[in-house]
Amino acid sequence: MLDSTEGYVTADGRQIGGVVMELKNITLRFGGVEAIKNISFDIRKGEIRAIIGPNGAGKSSMLNVISGFYNPQEGDVIYKGYKRPRMRPYQVARMGIARTFQNIALFEGMSVLDNIMTGRMNLMKSGFFSQAMWWGSAAREEAEHREKVEKVIDFLEIQPIRKTPVSRLPYGLKKRVELARALAAEPQILLLDEPMAGMNVEEKEDMSRFVLDVNDEFGTTIVLIEHDMGVVMDLSDRVVVMDYGKKIGDGTPDEVRNNQAVIDAYLGVAHE
Amino acid sequence: MSDTVLYALEAALNGLTVGIMYSLVALGFVLIFKASGIFNFAQGVMALFAALTLVGFQTGQVPFSHLINAAFGTSIHNFGWTMPTLLAIPATIAVMVGFAWLVERIVLKHLVNQAPIILFMATIGLAYFLEGLGDIMWGAEVKPLNVGLPQGMSRWVDETTFNLFGYGFFVDVLSLWALAIAAVLVTALVIFSQYTKQGRALRAVADDHQAALSVGISLRFIWVLTWSIAGLVALVAGIMWGSKSGVQFSLSLIALKALPVLILGGFTSIPGAIVGGLLIGVGEKLFDFFMQPVIGGATENWFAYMLALAFLLFRPQGLFGEKIIERV
Repeated sequence: MLDSTEGYVTADGRQIGGVVMELKNITLRFGGVEAIKNISFDIRKGEIRAIIGPNGAGKSSMLNVISGFYNPQEGDVIYKGYKRPRMRPYQVARMGIARTFQNIALFEGMSVLDNIMTGRMNLMKSGFFSQAMWWGSAAREEAEHREKVEKVIDFLEIQPIRKTPVSRLPYGLKKRVELARALAAEPQILLLDEPMAGMNVEEKEDMSRFVLDVNDEFGTTIVLIEHDMGVVMDLSDRVVVMDYGKKIGDGTPDEVRNNQAVIDAYLGVAHE
Repeated sequence: MSDTVLYALEAALNGLTVGIMYSLVALGFVLIFKASGIFNFAQGVMALFAALTLVGFQTGQVPFSHLINAAFGTSIHNFGWTMPTLLAIPATIAVMVGFAWLVERIVLKHLVNQAPIILFMATIGLAYFLEGLGDIMWGAEVKPLNVGLPQGMSRWVDETTFNLFGYGFFVDVLSLWALAIAAVLVTALVIFSQYTKQGRALRAVADDHQAALSVGISLRFIWVLTWSIAGLVALVAGIMWGSKSGVQFSLSLIALKALPVLILGGFTSIPGAIVGGLLIGVGEKLFDFFMQPVIGGATENWFAYMLALAFLLFRPQGLFGEKIIERV
């Protein structure tokens, strides 16, 4: 077991830092149903952490706990060493935790650029009144943020669609725009809920590349849920495996692959 | 030019000026509908309430004076001072913002994730509540409202048209002011919604609540903001209507005229609200002008609704509304 401040070096030689977020004995219930049963794990600075498990295992619920959309009945979320109180999702977002959604939640009526600009909402200083009063400084600030957004746009290679309304984009590009919006917030932790769901092989390869690039370029800590086992094993540094709301495995892709409980629950019959 | 054409032109011009008044009310509806998906039935009453409050402040009326007098046997009606308009307007805005905050606190907060029809019903309740509150607070009598806007016939229009056609048009100066004010208001709103952080947040909330939360937008703040802006627009509409025909409770019925305007312009379009209002204003006057000899007067009472009905049959999304296309 690693110490919480001590890092580790990944198989491909990247240095991972100490614990950014620790989930301690999280239990989440909906009425009588326990979606998450007493789960603990940690997320370290700079790593790509995957949560996998069969359908209905509670992966998305876990992500919703981290992003504040659900508040667990029991357990603590410890972020940067402090226990996080009960929070609303927008407050969690303001603490530097950005996310994407399984079923894409973009502002369909707005342009790609505007969508990504909303990602910087938290980083804009000018409040309502100062924007009304000091038009000049607000305009300057807007321009600065615009510059940062353009960088994200370049990074994710979506320049040609900058001004297109999101509703007109194909599915794969929407997913990428959603990632761009989350990235624009310069998050401490980036949560990706099935970033590759419903994509074809090519789109999956693109998305995988972007996830790795984001992690590499900005050192962003990434937590992702994914069904495609090939993708998960390639991308992630450490994997949490869930089944029926319980944690049944936690470790590097290799460790998880050889864990008997995981093979039984998730992979079914081992392909030997 | 023949006389008929000239008279028709004059009627159309007057229609434009009445129409802009309808637009002002319709604007408030569109704003809230765009930002929260709620059709705010109380918009007309908000205009009335804002105007009542403004007059109350201006004349130094004691709020709830009837209630106080009945309870304590006193006879107070006035503070004995008058407030200058420049002070009374900000004070009224403060009241409308307070009202927006209360609406969020007491009503909207508890109705998150409810179907639009539920929220619509809530605004009907709100409309009646606010009408009653206005009555108890400020009294039910008709009050003149004067904020210093000029009234009466526009000499300029009269002279210009006389020089051009040899016949001077009669146009109310107040209506010309209404046009100018509406233009300023719409420009300000467009700049706000397109180019500011809060404006973008407002559009974001209208589009997708979940996504808005995930980028750190507080829904509650945005709702208070939206209702405050609607209150501000209501105040402008209230001032214009109040200056024109006095502050009276029939003002809340203008809300009904805003409905056909919205059906014409589309519920989601700010320019639509303006154009819809103008079309109804002009249509109403011209229809009356040409049809009066044939079917008699008072067509203004129903023309707008007939037009709206026709639109519902042939173009339900309105002139500028977003067409709803279901992908299957």
